[in-house]
Amino acid sequence: MAQAPVPIGGPTAKSTFLAGLWANNPIFCQILGICSALAVTTRLENSLVMGVALIFVIAMSNLAVSILRHLIPRRIRMIVEVAIIATFVIVFDQFLKGYYWEMSKQLGPYVGLIITNCIVMGRAEAYALHNKASLSVVDGIANGLGYAVILAIIGASRELIGTGKLLGYEVLSGNWYVPNHFFIYPPGAFIALGLLIWLIRAIKPQEDDSSQSGAGS
Amino acid sequence: MSEIHPLVILLAAVLTNNILLSNFLGLCSFLACGKQLDTAFGLGAAVTFVTVCTTIINYLIYHQLLLPMGLEHLQFIIFIAVIAGFVQLVEMVVERFSPSLYYHLGIFLPLITVNCAILGASLFMIIREYSFWQSAAWGLGAGLGWALAICLIAGIQQRLRFSSVPKPLAGLAITMIITGLMALAFMGFTGMAKIQ
Repeated sequence: MAQAPVPIGGPTAKSTFLAGLWANNPIFCQILGICSALAVTTRLENSLVMGVALIFVIAMSNLAVSILRHLIPRRIRMIVEVAIIATFVIVFDQFLKGYYWEMSKQLGPYVGLIITNCIVMGRAEAYALHNKASLSVVDGIANGLGYAVILAIIGASRELIGTGKLLGYEVLSGNWYVPNHFFIYPPGAFIALGLLIWLIRAIKPQEDDSSQSGAGS
Repeated sequence: MSEIHPLVILLAAVLTNNILLSNFLGLCSFLACGKQLDTAFGLGAAVTFVTVCTTIINYLIYHQLLLPMGLEHLQFIIFIAVIAGFVQLVEMVVERFSPSLYYHLGIFLPLITVNCAILGASLFMIIREYSFWQSAAWGLGAGLGWALAICLIAGIQQRLRFSSVPKPLAGLAITMIITGLMALAFMGFTGMAKIQ
């Protein structure tokens, strides 16, 4: 698994940020959290909301775990982390239900499923438990952002190819463009993500040979 | 919505509304464990068992406890707690009775907790307002469907090992594309049974 270069003297805010965004991007390098990457990306708008949700949840749960890291008994740390994550997911879900009912309806169970999104748990486990609070928040935001960008790319390409629209506005004119509905359907999502990963890995080769060694959770 | 026969739900959950291929749930362990057929089979069985039981428990908790008390917003945290506790139980049983399976599944057994398919099954059950038997059928179907998908991909991956795939495409990318083709094939069942 590609490790971000850690400068001498421990990680700084900047190196942490860049690692999450590109060098150690959760979706491509760690194979984490692709479940929701596919489900909500039929439209760009949904992808953006999901991205925001994830940034919020990772940043806040990283902060909480990091503050509490000396108080959490090691043996039960998993369940404590899950409880913390679930709390912030509930906060976001209630917010969405209160102010953006339509969006909440569209995302359906996938907001709740952020709890089991491996990225959140993975960052709490791998980073927040060992680093101080401020850095953990940066790490959370960077990883959330790395995830959100990928989500936005997939969402944009699926909406554009599938319906010829972007954020609901017609981009490709109906006169000459016939929407390819295949990309709106589930199989299209798998293939779109597969192609995107192919592209990124071609640009940025993995260092190890067993490129699928990520311990997915 | 609540008029569908449980058997139809069972069939639909396995084939037409496969939780992995049409709802993208449980992909992480699907990709990590879907390489060896026997590991995939063991994991599939474990997930099926956990999904059935937790769907039923969550149904009872939601309708007997949370709804009467007006605590629906706590469903996430309650459901995940039930699932985590139940997985712990399964882990102890598997460790006791089948050490070889325990050794194979290794780290992934506790990680069933964060398998989105299981939590997803419970959440879909609430959203679609299933009755008790419908929920049980849905849980069983979702688990079986997931197990079917992971066994299929494991079989394909075992063959894939002997073919030469371009390096950037190998691993995750080709698996995603194959999964997409599999999902496409499963879409062919759509006419058989339909649940939302």
